[in-house]
Amino acid sequence: MQCWNPTYECMSREEREKVQTERLIETVKRVYHNVPFYRDKMQKAGLEPCDIKSLDDLKKLPFTYKQDLRDNYPYGLFAVPMSEIVRIHASSGTTGKQTVVGYTRRDLDTWAEVMARTLVNAGADKDSIVQVAYGYGLFTGGFGVHYGVERVGATVIPVSGGNTKRQLQIMKDFGTTILACTPSYALYLAEEMEEMGLKKEDLKLKSGIFGAEPWSERMRAEIEERFGITAIDIYGLSEVIGPGVASECTCRCGLHIQEDHFIPEIIDPDTEEVLPPGSTGELVFSTITKEGLPLLRYRTRDISSLNYEKCECGRTTVRMKKVSARSDDMLIIRGVNVFPSQIEEVLFNMGETAPHYLLIVDRVNNLDTLEVRVEMSQSMFSDEVKRIEDIERKLHKDIETTLGISARVKLVEPKSIERSEGKAKRIIDKRKI
Amino acid sequence: MHVKQISIFLENKSGRLAEVTKLLGSNNIDISALSIADTTDYGVLRLIVNKPEEAERILKENDFAVSTTNVIAIAVADKPGGLSEALCILRDAGLDIEYMYAFVGKAANEAMVILRVDDPHTEEAIKLLTESGIKVLPSSDVYKL
Repeated sequence: MQCWNPTYECMSREEREKVQTERLIETVKRVYHNVPFYRDKMQKAGLEPCDIKSLDDLKKLPFTYKQDLRDNYPYGLFAVPMSEIVRIHASSGTTGKQTVVGYTRRDLDTWAEVMARTLVNAGADKDSIVQVAYGYGLFTGGFGVHYGVERVGATVIPVSGGNTKRQLQIMKDFGTTILACTPSYALYLAEEMEEMGLKKEDLKLKSGIFGAEPWSERMRAEIEERFGITAIDIYGLSEVIGPGVASECTCRCGLHIQEDHFIPEIIDPDTEEVLPPGSTGELVFSTITKEGLPLLRYRTRDISSLNYEKCECGRTTVRMKKVSARSDDMLIIRGVNVFPSQIEEVLFNMGETAPHYLLIVDRVNNLDTLEVRVEMSQSMFSDEVKRIEDIERKLHKDIETTLGISARVKLVEPKSIERSEGKAKRIIDKRKI
Repeated sequence: MHVKQISIFLENKSGRLAEVTKLLGSNNIDISALSIADTTDYGVLRLIVNKPEEAERILKENDFAVSTTNVIAIAVADKPGGLSEALCILRDAGLDIEYMYAFVGKAANEAMVILRVDDPHTEEAIKLLTESGIKVLPSSDVYKL
């Protein structure tokens, strides 16, 4: 089994913990001195950097929430001056504002390193031809994979997302061996391939790295069958670095976390207590090498568990279970993070005081669809259809601007959306993934 | 002279029209004219009823989205060119019609039409039509139909 960096990926737990401890201590010092937000939080908790001496002290440190990134929008949590930042990426946040992340030159180097490990995990080498069908732009998917491929010395085809027929033409003509995209897009590509009269034998595809949205073993089996490839799950989030935080090896029994850069913990999302190894709970990451945006105990809201046993592949890094759920109401639709509160904000901006709405997510022909049902109110209603259509158009446009994806807007009768006693039911997710 | 029209938002689901008319019927509200503007997902039902204020209250109590609009009811001669005469008067005055619909009256030689013009111009249109000899029906007459 190939390994990009055997020193760090296969070191003993003892050695690894030594590396982690040194890096954690150094990171804590750095954020304490350079990020007022962390200094305040630590002082409130009665902590000095010298109180953090071992990995066991990690649990004394305060958590970081997505909201903290928003409160310090855009650059407030950066630990270096802007002159040191060479790249910005962003992802959608719970409300209008984006979550902004910054990278120093060394951070980009780290990112390429962990993505190189990810790609080699999936069987990449210098002869591989990797087609990146993740979007390039503020989203971390495209660029993350791109630099990893170059680091490995393989060939990168930076197609970016969309234009399905052209993707397939390129895949065939350029001899792509590894595909990188969201799993739902992979299935859509498979469908289009059959429609174009292409067979999997016409392609040189061997494997694929798929992530940025939850997917099931059923989907994996379907992708593998239709393309005749090995489908690898990759995990990452822009706050931590982007793709490359963890990825499966070809054993496909859990995702190897790049522990010399990110320390994982599993907590109870309600009590915030750290849970013993093997427990299922919310994943929390502390970055220990990042310079631009180091994060202490970042609450991912992803539900998983950790397995510290050595993998058959020889790697000794801890493995996280495939993420199947979240501890908040975030939806991932076509790879984009969507929070119901974003829709609420759009409705409030329309001057609606008590908006009742429902999000219906479905997967049609392997592509996610979003329908937003909004109850008609006395103030929105008019006897003229063109005025109602104006409202529909405005909602459609505002939702697209806020979420970054388009949705079908459907106006429904007042009180027709079910009311619940407790927390309002805002989402119906019909996707079978 | 204007007539009050009730508009109701209805989703395109089976049985909705039956429910609205049943609700009005059981409250002794008589419909004299109606039209529906429909789109893919929903329709706007427009009604002229004998007791518009009461109808609006009952519909709102039953969770319908309702609005009341001032419209004009006219009676034109039931012969070729009868309607066009009235419409030309409004066109020449630069008054746009948002929508209109015909309904059944009791006189055999007259056709009844509801016109919706841009609201600030309703009274102006009524005055103009009356002065031009078009028969504008008072609300009391229309509600009785």
